[in-house]
Amino acid sequence: MSIPVAGQPKPVQRIPAGVKLKKGLQQWIKVLPYIFFGVLGTAVFVIYPMIKNIIISFQDYSIMPNAENPFIGFENYVSAFTDPNNKVLMAIRNTFLNVAVTVPINWFLAIVFAVLINMHFIKHKIVFRTVYYLPIITSWIVVAFLFRFLFASGEYGLINFIFYKQLGIFHEPVNFLSNYWSAMIVIWLFHIWKTVGWGVVIYLAALQGISKEYYEAAQIDGANGTKQFWSITVPMLGPVTAFVIINLVNGAFNFFPQVYFITKGGPMDQTQTLPSLMYLQAFKNFNFGYASAVAVMMGIAVFLLTYSQMKKFGNQRFL
Amino acid sequence: MKTKWHIQTLVYGIIVLGALAFLFPFVYMIMTSFIKGAYSLPRPKEVFSVIPNLYNYQLVWSKNNFARYFLNSSLVTIVSMTGSLFLGCLTAYGFARFNFPGKELLFRVFLLTMMIPGVINIIPQFLIIKSFGLVNTYWGLWLIYIGGGVVGSTFFLRGFFQSIPKEYEESVLIDGGGSWRIFWNIYLPQSMPAIATLAVLSFQGTWEEYFTALVIIKEEALRTLPVALLMFNDKYATNYSWVFAASIIALVPTVLLYIIFQKRFVQGGFNEGGVKG
Repeated sequence: MSIPVAGQPKPVQRIPAGVKLKKGLQQWIKVLPYIFFGVLGTAVFVIYPMIKNIIISFQDYSIMPNAENPFIGFENYVSAFTDPNNKVLMAIRNTFLNVAVTVPINWFLAIVFAVLINMHFIKHKIVFRTVYYLPIITSWIVVAFLFRFLFASGEYGLINFIFYKQLGIFHEPVNFLSNYWSAMIVIWLFHIWKTVGWGVVIYLAALQGISKEYYEAAQIDGANGTKQFWSITVPMLGPVTAFVIINLVNGAFNFFPQVYFITKGGPMDQTQTLPSLMYLQAFKNFNFGYASAVAVMMGIAVFLLTYSQMKKFGNQRFL
Repeated sequence: MKTKWHIQTLVYGIIVLGALAFLFPFVYMIMTSFIKGAYSLPRPKEVFSVIPNLYNYQLVWSKNNFARYFLNSSLVTIVSMTGSLFLGCLTAYGFARFNFPGKELLFRVFLLTMMIPGVINIIPQFLIIKSFGLVNTYWGLWLIYIGGGVVGSTFFLRGFFQSIPKEYEESVLIDGGGSWRIFWNIYLPQSMPAIATLAVLSFQGTWEEYFTALVIIKEEALRTLPVALLMFNDKYATNYSWVFAASIIALVPTVLLYIIFQKRFVQGGFNEGGVKG
């Protein structure tokens, strides 16, 4: 495989003992064939981009070849917050709304469905699990088409057809995607529908992992079903619940396809989140400096949000 | 333990209702894809009385180049899936089995990159690919998909690799084999379920990846399915039966793969996949 190349990260040695250095070097030579390309790929396509992002965020960056790209200090950051349309502030607000609305609903539905499907008299558990998981394996784009179709404006969009024509709950066909709140509701429903199956499957696995012996012992002690649920099932699900909630928060914090494929941030950039705003600013308006500033702020926010959680749960897996 | 019949009925009622909520939109989508010549939003009545046929599928597949896009996507996905599985296995093996100075630090840096969403790297990744002169080539996509996905697959596999008992290695060592043989003959075969799961996740992640593909691929003939789907939708937005026929074609491989592998599936996070775009 590969031969150690100059410029490789040298082993860090605090003790200047030649023996230790030699041993470290030998260890590196042994492991290098296995990790060389992985580390190289990560360095070039993950770590360097992060650094480059920070640099671009301080530049007036142009995509043109031989452009000067002068450094302009914090101007990109300032313009992000002084923009008369408040795009960034709106995106931050939406992010918090997305978390506050979707996480509790998503979590509640996941645990309720999982507990119900896991009840001992339910037959064909696998069929239910597969059906609930279907939206997860469907691509975001296709589900987005589907939701745009179901929530289409005019009286023949299915939702309008049911709630306006059949039930008469709406007074007129709703133009879902051209109003802020109705567009947000479509985005939230889209997200919940698409991801709730994940929580169901994780909880089902966790429930099935609880040893039957606990329940048998409880039964001998005369505890009924409800009592068993609260004193065995709920505490046993604690760690999984933490894992599920962290994932749900991270998922809700990073709405991107949800927004991009449903509203493209519209109406008037009101439903944007930071990722969608960044992407559209970069590749539609070629505002690379501004977009990078948004990316850096987002990176810092997500980092602060997840650092403590990931430390605990980074290595954990759930079967 | 016997549960009263009305509680049973109630529970069944709730979960069947839930199942319908997930299934019905798919059914409605499939039925819509059978409608011929829907140039405006089809009425729900039309949708429910449609007769199954493959007319739109043939139209989309041959006349609208989806056969081509399907092949493009297959090529992009198979190469990057194989590449990132292989690279992920190698790197995870390195981290799981070897000790070397700076390992802890390197691992922490890896962990750090996992916390930051991949989206924010798209701009610099595009600039790197541009400086390599690989814009509008699959090499550009493969490099980003494989290089950007290593950390995720390494994390996923490392745990499995660490759980393999060291005693297994002895038979290889006795035969005079080295660490390379141990990798091929012990670690890979022992971790097949994990690798298969990662393969499915990586397949799905790459097959439906849109944002990087849109930025890197400019030429129409090179487009992958997700990009083609969105362009197709922009062009024929009101013709939902065509859009859905194309969508269903794009869904088939992932759904099949999932059904084949579902019994051996190991769970990961829903945001996490083989690809960190």
